[in-house]
Amino acid sequence: MSEIRGVVEVVVPGPYATVQDLGRPGYAHLGVPRSGAADAPALRLANRLVGNPEGHAGVEFTFGGAVLRFSCGAWIAVTGAPCPVEVGDGDRWRPAGMCAPVWVPAGHRVRIGMPWRGLRTYLAVRGGIAVEPVLGSRASDSLSGLGPAPLAAGSVLPIGRDGPLGPIAVDQVPPRPVPEEPVLRVLPGPRDDWFAPEALAALCAGPYTVSPDSNRVGVRLRGAALRRARRGELPSEGMVGGAIQVPPDGLPIVFLADHPPTGGYPVIGVVASADLPVVAQLRPGDRVRFTLGGRRTRITR
Amino acid sequence: MRGRTGEDERVRANTREAAGIRRAGEHALLVETGSLRLSHRLDGLLRDRRPPEVTEIVPGPETLLVVAPGGDLDRLGALLAELAAEARARPDDDAGGDAETVVIPVVYDGADLAEVAELAGLTVAEVIARHTASELVVGWLGFAPGFAYLTGLDPALHVPRLPTPRTCVPPGSVAVAGPYTAVYPSASPGGWRLIGRTELRVWDPAADPPSPLRPGTRVRFEAA
Repeated sequence: MSEIRGVVEVVVPGPYATVQDLGRPGYAHLGVPRSGAADAPALRLANRLVGNPEGHAGVEFTFGGAVLRFSCGAWIAVTGAPCPVEVGDGDRWRPAGMCAPVWVPAGHRVRIGMPWRGLRTYLAVRGGIAVEPVLGSRASDSLSGLGPAPLAAGSVLPIGRDGPLGPIAVDQVPPRPVPEEPVLRVLPGPRDDWFAPEALAALCAGPYTVSPDSNRVGVRLRGAALRRARRGELPSEGMVGGAIQVPPDGLPIVFLADHPPTGGYPVIGVVASADLPVVAQLRPGDRVRFTLGGRRTRITR
Repeated sequence: MRGRTGEDERVRANTREAAGIRRAGEHALLVETGSLRLSHRLDGLLRDRRPPEVTEIVPGPETLLVVAPGGDLDRLGALLAELAAEARARPDDDAGGDAETVVIPVVYDGADLAEVAELAGLTVAEVIARHTASELVVGWLGFAPGFAYLTGLDPALHVPRLPTPRTCVPPGSVAVAGPYTAVYPSASPGGWRLIGRTELRVWDPAADPPSPLRPGTRVRFEAA
């Protein structure tokens, strides 16, 4: 990917857009967050649709609202939060589908609209976004600042060479539905014993509302406060993605891709990994519920 | 069949619990070591016998987090219980960790040096002498990539954080707060008290490894 085939010029980045791949695992003990696409399956799918390896870098849009210009002809695919996608030349725009390979002729632009539902939309380009990797990843990490800066008007992203890519073999795949009031499965612990006996039931009882100060680090929730059984401070310990961390105010935070590798608030439970992409698509004001039931049987056998 | 599986799971869960091993979601186990020393020993033993599916080993002051996506957590739990027993059986003076000591040259001219001396009831020269005499060990890293919490600081130098954190601390700043001392790896906000600065780069993403400091590394400061 050292050779460059052309560039994507960011005309309008939308509210928040970043380059993302599957992140930089293996450095948590050095204080490095994993980062990478918040909705990883959506990025993987977009890559597969254009024949890329699943870990190639693409663009993660938040609330869409973006326009990109391609200096060379390129195959792209848009996945994640469903939104209008258009390809245009001058003032003429034609609609293009989501979850499908789309040819963008040289000099044309792609417009990513505001999603009807969900939060994060992904764009993959055949050959991948070829910005310089940092610690083996091109992901933009909002917590540590590693990787490329968030996209701004005028940002230029190199497109990697076609190289040994797979064929473009599928015309379209059914989009993954974005549930209206999702129910997230939770595996209790590791620190459920720091909470009052009824806290897990309280977590699973009422709906929580997604707070506007949510970001790639975590989704902050408003609703029933979870009462602690223990006072005092938990010594800082390693954290996993999907961890439901509970600060002293009792309001849970679900950790996403840029979560800190260690933390000092007790984790009452961890969201099932299959449900993490759903968390990544929650937008402020959305309602969400929890239910007990990690996938125990699958884990133990 | 189902009942049997449930019973097996209970037995395994009880075994894990007895060894102080907790589930952290589907893909990770959290071992309660109870001490930093034991976290480091277990970290070292596990790194030597690391199963291929383990992606992260994260020591904390009283825990070790082991992440193994798609791995068999029962087998991992059994291995961790065995290694934890081995770590506990080691004599107390065997700290584990790395044999090599990283020496960090410091120019002691930090903006808070005089205040630290005052809080500690020492002269500036005594602060420097005690800081350079401390035999330090990297406890764990956090807050920012490459930010190592160095443990073993002379108790006389345990001073509270600044009441108002600075918005930007330059990289290479050497600081103290509570029982810890550290080198700021990159420019960031920070509430630790600055006593000096070093030219040694403790964080370089282009280097492999990106930091000379990892959990268990021994560290000594030297007046430059």
